[in-house]
Amino acid sequence: MSISHALLGLLETGPRHGYDLKRTFDAKFGQDRPLHYGQVYSTMSRLLKNGLVEVEGIEPGEGPERKRYAITDAGITDVQQWLATPEKPEPYLQSTLYTKLVLALLTGRDGAALLDVQRAEHLRLMRELTRRKTEGDLADQLICDHALFHLEADLRWLETAAARLDKLAQEVRA
Amino acid sequence: MMSTGTVPAADPTADTGVLLSANGLRKTYGTTPALDGADFAIRPGEIVAVMGPSGSGKSTLLHCLAGIVPPDEGQVRYAGRELSALSDAERSALRRSDFGFVFQFGQLVPELTCLENAALPLRLAGTRRKEAEAQAARWLERLEVDDVRHHRPGQVSGGQGQRVAVARALAGMPRVVFADEPTGALDSHNGERVMQLLTEAARETQAAVVLVTHESRVAAYSDREIVVRDGRARDMSAMAGAV
Ligand SMILES: Nc1ncnc2c1ncn2[C@@H]1O[C@H](COP(=O)(O)OP(=O)(O)OP(=O)(O)O)[C@@H](O)[C@H]1O
Ligand SMILES: [Mg+2]
Repeated sequence: MSISHALLGLLETGPRHGYDLKRTFDAKFGQDRPLHYGQVYSTMSRLLKNGLVEVEGIEPGEGPERKRYAITDAGITDVQQWLATPEKPEPYLQSTLYTKLVLALLTGRDGAALLDVQRAEHLRLMRELTRRKTEGDLADQLICDHALFHLEADLRWLETAAARLDKLAQEVRA
Repeated sequence: MMSTGTVPAADPTADTGVLLSANGLRKTYGTTPALDGADFAIRPGEIVAVMGPSGSGKSTLLHCLAGIVPPDEGQVRYAGRELSALSDAERSALRRSDFGFVFQFGQLVPELTCLENAALPLRLAGTRRKEAEAQAARWLERLEVDDVRHHRPGQVSGGQGQRVAVARALAGMPRVVFADEPTGALDSHNGERVMQLLTEAARETQAAVVLVTHESRVAAYSDREIVVRDGRARDMSAMAGAV
């Protein structure tokens, strides 16, 4: 995800200090991966340099977290462009799973066992996300659902591959 | 809660906390080997998903576990008793008193109202009508379908009917719920809601659930999974994190 666009978008709702930006980002989008303060400040100085934000005020004291940032007109245009541009769908053609499976078959290892272990690991994570989802609010639910649907797609691929394993083994060894 | 049938009472946790276990189960229909080896144990309160391709033997496994179909080989033990050692009458009494069932298309009795359907297992177990319907009504409420309690199954949506079927399975306070594709007829949102309500209720009453499903998002409500391939059932719980 574009962290700089997300931070810029948050600034469009009103000027904020660096630490406030980080807190809001973590609460809304951070989930498992909260931002480092360093990420926020390096992003902010880049946005400053590009004229997408400006410093609106500085509190007394030390350190960059004292700066209060505001979005500029150029910044708003940038957010608008980002939101209006569709994301490139990721086709995952270079799947690690596929590579591992083919290599297992090429080296005479047990492809079915590899798929089974992966399948169990996927379901384990799906259980964890499902638990989080049932305990969480709507935001948690939507975030977990997004991950769950992707994991489900992976799992279906694992099933498909398992069903065609013998044929795949013949082909890769031919 | 149970022992309303003629089955002799037994300590359900006699087998080191195991409630239901399969041992070397095999079943052949004609020349089709429907089930070719199943060994596992289920504890009270555990929710176990049974997954696998179509025709792999999931329903056959479920029917053997529930004592509906006798296996050709192997044993099913429930609460310390071997199912094949019971008479037919004892087995059906056990099914009524201790097991609850949910099937893909609900299988509600079309002539009865949803409330009467949900109360049916309790009625069959000898509970008086008023008490049975009062209990069933609480389960309909819990499954969020109390507004259709006086409708007949033909007058409710598929999703509502499925919730009534789950209420019916739970109303008898079963020790084991057997569910064969309980969300098969539902969209994913409704299916998950039914799973959430079913697993919540099961955890609360410490009922074990055997859940046949081909949907991983449904299986994700379970504690562990058994995968059936070509009739062979394998307990996958030891697999995750094995690499
Ligand atoms: N009563 C029966 N008589 C004859 N063959 C049967 C019977 N029940 C099941 N079979 C066969 O046994 C095999 C396993 O069937 P089963 O219904 O257990 O599969 P399943 O995994 O539940 O499939 P699905 O996902 O399609 O419901 C199949 O080949 C099926 O045709
Ligand atoms: Mg089936």
